[in-house]
Amino acid sequence: MPTETSTLETSSEMDQRSVITGPCDRWVAARVGEEPCRLQPAEKVEHAAMPRKAYRTKLAGWGRCPVVDGLEIKSEDLEKSTENANLCRGLGRSYGDSSLPAGAEDTVANTTLADRLLSFDVESGILRAEAGLSLLELNRLLLRRGWFTPVSPGTQFVTLGGMVASDVHGKNHHVDGCFGQHVRSLKLRTADGRIIECSDAHEPELFRATLGGMGLTGHILEVEFRMHRIPSPWIWGESERIPNLDRMIAGLKEAAGQWPMTVGWVDCLARGKSLGRGILMKGRWAESHEAPDRPPKLKRRKRIPFEFPAFALGKASMKAFNLLYYHKHFRRVRRGIERPDAFFYPLDAIDDWNLVYGRRGFTQYQCVLPHAEDNGPARRFLDAFVSGGGMGFLCVIKDCGPEGKGMLSFPRPGISIAMDFPVHRRKTQPLVDRLNERVIAEGGRIYLTKDAFTRPEHFRAMEPRLDAFNAVRRKWDPQGRLRSAQSVRLLGDEK
Amino acid sequence: MKAVLLGATKGMGRALARLLAERGERLFLLEHVPEELDRTARDLEIRGADPPVNWAVCDLLKPETFAPALDAAEKELGGFDTVIVTAGLFGTQEELEADREFAARLLAADFTNTVLFCEEARTRLLAAGGGTLCVFSSVAGERGRKPVILYGSAKAGLSRYLEGLDHKFRAEGLKTVCVKPGFVKTGMTAGLDPPPFAGEPGDVARRVLRAIERGRPEVYVPPAWRYVMCVIRNLPRFVMRRIKF
Repeated sequence: MPTETSTLETSSEMDQRSVITGPCDRWVAARVGEEPCRLQPAEKVEHAAMPRKAYRTKLAGWGRCPVVDGLEIKSEDLEKSTENANLCRGLGRSYGDSSLPAGAEDTVANTTLADRLLSFDVESGILRAEAGLSLLELNRLLLRRGWFTPVSPGTQFVTLGGMVASDVHGKNHHVDGCFGQHVRSLKLRTADGRIIECSDAHEPELFRATLGGMGLTGHILEVEFRMHRIPSPWIWGESERIPNLDRMIAGLKEAAGQWPMTVGWVDCLARGKSLGRGILMKGRWAESHEAPDRPPKLKRRKRIPFEFPAFALGKASMKAFNLLYYHKHFRRVRRGIERPDAFFYPLDAIDDWNLVYGRRGFTQYQCVLPHAEDNGPARRFLDAFVSGGGMGFLCVIKDCGPEGKGMLSFPRPGISIAMDFPVHRRKTQPLVDRLNERVIAEGGRIYLTKDAFTRPEHFRAMEPRLDAFNAVRRKWDPQGRLRSAQSVRLLGDEK
Repeated sequence: MKAVLLGATKGMGRALARLLAERGERLFLLEHVPEELDRTARDLEIRGADPPVNWAVCDLLKPETFAPALDAAEKELGGFDTVIVTAGLFGTQEELEADREFAARLLAADFTNTVLFCEEARTRLLAAGGGTLCVFSSVAGERGRKPVILYGSAKAGLSRYLEGLDHKFRAEGLKTVCVKPGFVKTGMTAGLDPPPFAGEPGDVARRVLRAIERGRPEVYVPPAWRYVMCVIRNLPRFVMRRIKF
């Protein structure tokens, strides 16, 4: 509650003081004839309406599994709300336990109300904003003005802070790399409470550890990055039906040279000769002469009104979905103008689509496997998934470009495969173990943002970079204050 | 529109300021923390407000800051036609019962000082030939209810004051808009269990702006609360004593 002591009767010094007006660089006295006055830091006024206290709540990631108890604090003033927090959390779109508190007494600062744009240079595209700004809002504001985020993940329900912490990649990874590549500077609150600005020039080690560092190196308060200029707010897209895995990977590699954005959807229930069949999508921003004159209208999103019952997710319904999705694409090739949200965020059209997986929730598994002439790694991986009893609605495949500068950032050259599957009490853990063993054998690695089931020994086996990352964490946070449920599970943090 | 906003750095005030900014309006911000004001002003400029968005320090707990702050706004904007007040304090009934000093401050801020601010704003608007005074009260003031006795009583007084202004000065060109939000998901209500019909600040802002444009003296947001409160207002006492609402 407010700690301010000056009440109505006691505050009389204000009568003598002149009114302070902004902007900061020219705080002036409004009364004519008075000396301009500058506000001294010592006079910093306490908030009358302080951030409300942390409250007990249940938190879960997008997969709705696991669900944990913890304390959450939510305020417009992120500097204040992160003072005693152990972790920050944005829109909670990481699938597993990345954004969850390590224990019931740990505090997570929710950043979503801290979403102000702080500066935007229309010449260079350099934008600075508070970490809670969502991509949805950024797109709504700047797409029609001809600007787009340099890297976009598959949903717009993410915050800038989350995009940095996960060092997100998108359909343009083979050209533009991860989001971290485009970040110029970050304002962080480190574990000891200090607020520092870090970049390639200033505290570069902390900067690189924070890109893809899952929020474990410091609370991300502000993000400065360079937006991309786009010729029109529409996409020129082409999609193609692909009969098998070899053709899919060849198609991705071939398209990489000509298209700035590519991604493949794979029917992960098809076996044998049609293993890896699917649809390859390619796109670029439409030139202004190709695009409609009007900006794309915001579409009304549909809602899933309730949790689906468990039986809705049998093998039959998944098979039907995958079959339909594949054969809906009648013609082998389709091209034309597309709305950017339909192209980048097909699933965002339905709010709360995670409810489709019912009460027990779901998990996503994403890994990147090194390239090989015969596409062996990807084939063996998909085989392991199908024969291990895995089934899912969605499987996304993408060829990744070079590794980024984030110390623990996920992508590396190779083929990335991501798939959803419902959580099953007995079957999920063995399936994930089996997939992880496959990934270790192929020399690949997994994406922490998706993970809820990996074992620490498996993670260590696929992450030779872990020691370097841990060293930076120990340097900046010797007491281990910053932690998440995931860091306790995977990185050996104390609970 | 040339609008002065008291309380635009947070919650519903922020949502409304952003909506006005996207329409390219001229805005002037009042609140008590310079750093927060400055950040909010930059945000509104980038969102499309007619630049520059300037501000002055004005503390709802210090009535002596009201007149100079509104003078500064007048000077900076060259006169204004709309004043929007969303600032206020909030505490749960338990918090207010436990802390008498906080209760005193809340009652002063949400009733006495808000009314004093409105008086300053009203005289200026009337001197300029009229305009809109939009003030956020609350559905908490509609009935003496167990969870909002103290907060609700301040808001009840505020609603009555605004009603009176509307009766007396509408003919002279002063349009008073009394906004009565029900539960809206903002920082103020974070951690409280949202009841049915809980609203989002963005939707509230759109409805309030429409009410301002049409000069409606009273607006419930989200709209379902009009009917909820209609029922609550008419419940007999013996029922009110039993229910928790």
